[in-house]
Amino acid sequence: MNDFLVLIQEMLDNLGIDFRLEIVVEYFPFFLKGAALTVGVSLAGIFIGMVLGLFIGLGKMIKFWPLRLPFIWYINFFRGTPLLVQLFLIHFAVMNLILEQPNTIASLVVTLSLNSAAYVAEIFRAGIKSLDKGQAEAAHSLGMNKFQVMRYVVLPQAFKRMIPPLGNEFIVLLKDSSLGAIIAAPELLYWGRAAVGQHYRVWEPYLTVAFIYLILTLSLTYLLNYIERRLDTE
Amino acid sequence: MISVKNLRKSFGSLEVLKDISLEVQAQEVVVVIGPSGSGKSTLLRCMNLIESITDGHVYIEDVDITDKKTDINEVRTEVGMVFQQFNLFPHKTVLENITLPMLVVRKWNKRDAIPKAKALLKKVGLEEKADAFPDSLSGGQKQRVAIARALGMEPKVMLFDEPTSALDPEMVGEVLEVMKQLATEGMTMVVVTHEMGFAREVGDRVIFMDEGIVVEEDKPEEIFGNPKHERTKAFLSKVL
Ligand SMILES: Nc1ncnc2c1ncn2[C@@H]1O[C@H](COP(=O)(O)OP(=O)(O)O)[C@@H](O)[C@H]1O
Ligand SMILES: [Mg+2]
Repeated sequence: MNDFLVLIQEMLDNLGIDFRLEIVVEYFPFFLKGAALTVGVSLAGIFIGMVLGLFIGLGKMIKFWPLRLPFIWYINFFRGTPLLVQLFLIHFAVMNLILEQPNTIASLVVTLSLNSAAYVAEIFRAGIKSLDKGQAEAAHSLGMNKFQVMRYVVLPQAFKRMIPPLGNEFIVLLKDSSLGAIIAAPELLYWGRAAVGQHYRVWEPYLTVAFIYLILTLSLTYLLNYIERRLDTE
Repeated sequence: MISVKNLRKSFGSLEVLKDISLEVQAQEVVVVIGPSGSGKSTLLRCMNLIESITDGHVYIEDVDITDKKTDINEVRTEVGMVFQQFNLFPHKTVLENITLPMLVVRKWNKRDAIPKAKALLKKVGLEEKADAFPDSLSGGQKQRVAIARALGMEPKVMLFDEPTSALDPEMVGEVLEVMKQLATEGMTMVVVTHEMGFAREVGDRVIFMDEGIVVEEDKPEEIFGNPKHERTKAFLSKVL
C-alpha cells in the first residue's frame, strides 16, 4: 500500500471504523478484470438483444395472429419469469444439452441476450407505434413497398426515439449481469464473493463492488443524458 | 384517367362511401367539396389504395387497382398525393425528401435525381431551402416541398387532400399559386378543399359530397351560381 492509503487507513482506525483497505487493494486488479467482463457481457447482451429484439418486435406486429403468437409468448416468458430462473434453465439445462462442458460466460451472455431481446422488442414496437402514421402513408403514396417504407422512413425515425429506452435497458442489463456470480461467471460480483470467501470479511469487498457498479451506471446515465440532449438539438 | 365504379367503403359497420361512381378526364381539375365527415378524404385515399376498398372498382388509366394482380406500388408512382399534414420526412433534408423516392422507387442514380429535385424546388420557389430540414420551414413552405416531392415521381394525376387547411391564412396563397400553375401546365388533379375561390377559378368540375354520396356534380358556375339540391344550397350558404 502506498503512503496515501496508509494515511487513510490510520484515519479510519482512529475513527474506530473497522475497514481493511488492504483487502480492497489486493483484490483491485480482479475487480477491474471482473468489471471489464461485466461491461463486456452487457454490451454483447444488448447488441445481440437488439438484433433479436428487432425481429421479435416485427414478429409481434404480424397481422395474422397464429404467426404472431410465438413472438407474443417469447416476450411473455422472458419478461414474466425471473432472470435468475432463466439463467439456471439456460446454464444447467439448455447449455448442458448442447455443450459437454457448459461455459459460464457463454451462458450468461446467452441469457442476457435472450432476456433483453424481449424488452428491446417492446421498446422497438413502441418506437414504431409512436410514429405518426402519416409518415408511412406518405411513403406508400410515393410508391415505396413495405420494406422500403421500413428501411428509409420508419426505422430511422423509430431508432432515434429508441435510444433513451435502449440506454436504460443497457443499464438494467449491466446490473442484472451480477446474477452471473451465482453460476460462477467471473464478472464483478464473482470477484467480490471470492474476496469474501478468502478473508471472511463482507464490508470491504461488497462495498467496493457496489461502488464500482455505481460508477459504471452513473457514467452511462450521464452519457445517455448527453446523447439525448444532442439528439434534441438536432 | 381515373374511373371510380360503384365504390363502397366501410369502417366496421360504418359505411362511409355509398356506391360512388365518377370519372376524371386527363388534364381535368376536379374539386371535391362537402361537409366534414362526408367521406372526401376516404374517397381520395381509395384512389391510391392507401385505404382498402370494401366493394367496387377504381381504374387508373384502365388499370383496375382493386385487382390483386395489379402492382399497387407501380400505380402509386403514377398517382401523387398531397396531405393536409404535409407528412414530410423529418429526418431528411428538403432535397433528400424529394430524392429519396426517386432513388429507391424509380431507381434513378443521384446524378439524375439531384438536378431533377433542384429543378422542382425552383418550380415551387424554394431552391434556397434544399439543405434545410422540414422542421425549420413554415407550413406553406412544407406543403410546397410536399408537392415537389410528389411531382418528383412524374405522376399522371395529383390528389390533394385539403392541402391548405392546416396553414395559417397568410400562407394559403403561396400553395394555391403552385397548384394553379400545375393546373395550367395540364396536370390532372383531384382537389379536396374548402377554398371556394380556388374551386371557382381553377376547377373544371366541382363535386359536392355529403354523407358518403355524390349529391351533385357540375361546372363551378352551375354549382356556385345555380345549385340544384337543397343540401348543396345549405352547405354553400354556410361556407360562402
Ligand atoms: N380509419 C378510420 N376508421 C374509422 N372511421 C373512419 C376512419 N377514417 C375516417 N373515418 C370516418 O369516416 C367518415 C368520413 O371521414 P373522411 O373521409 O375523413 O371525411 P372528410 O374528409 O369528408 O371530412 C367520418 O365519419 C370518419 O369518422
Ligand atoms: Mg378530410
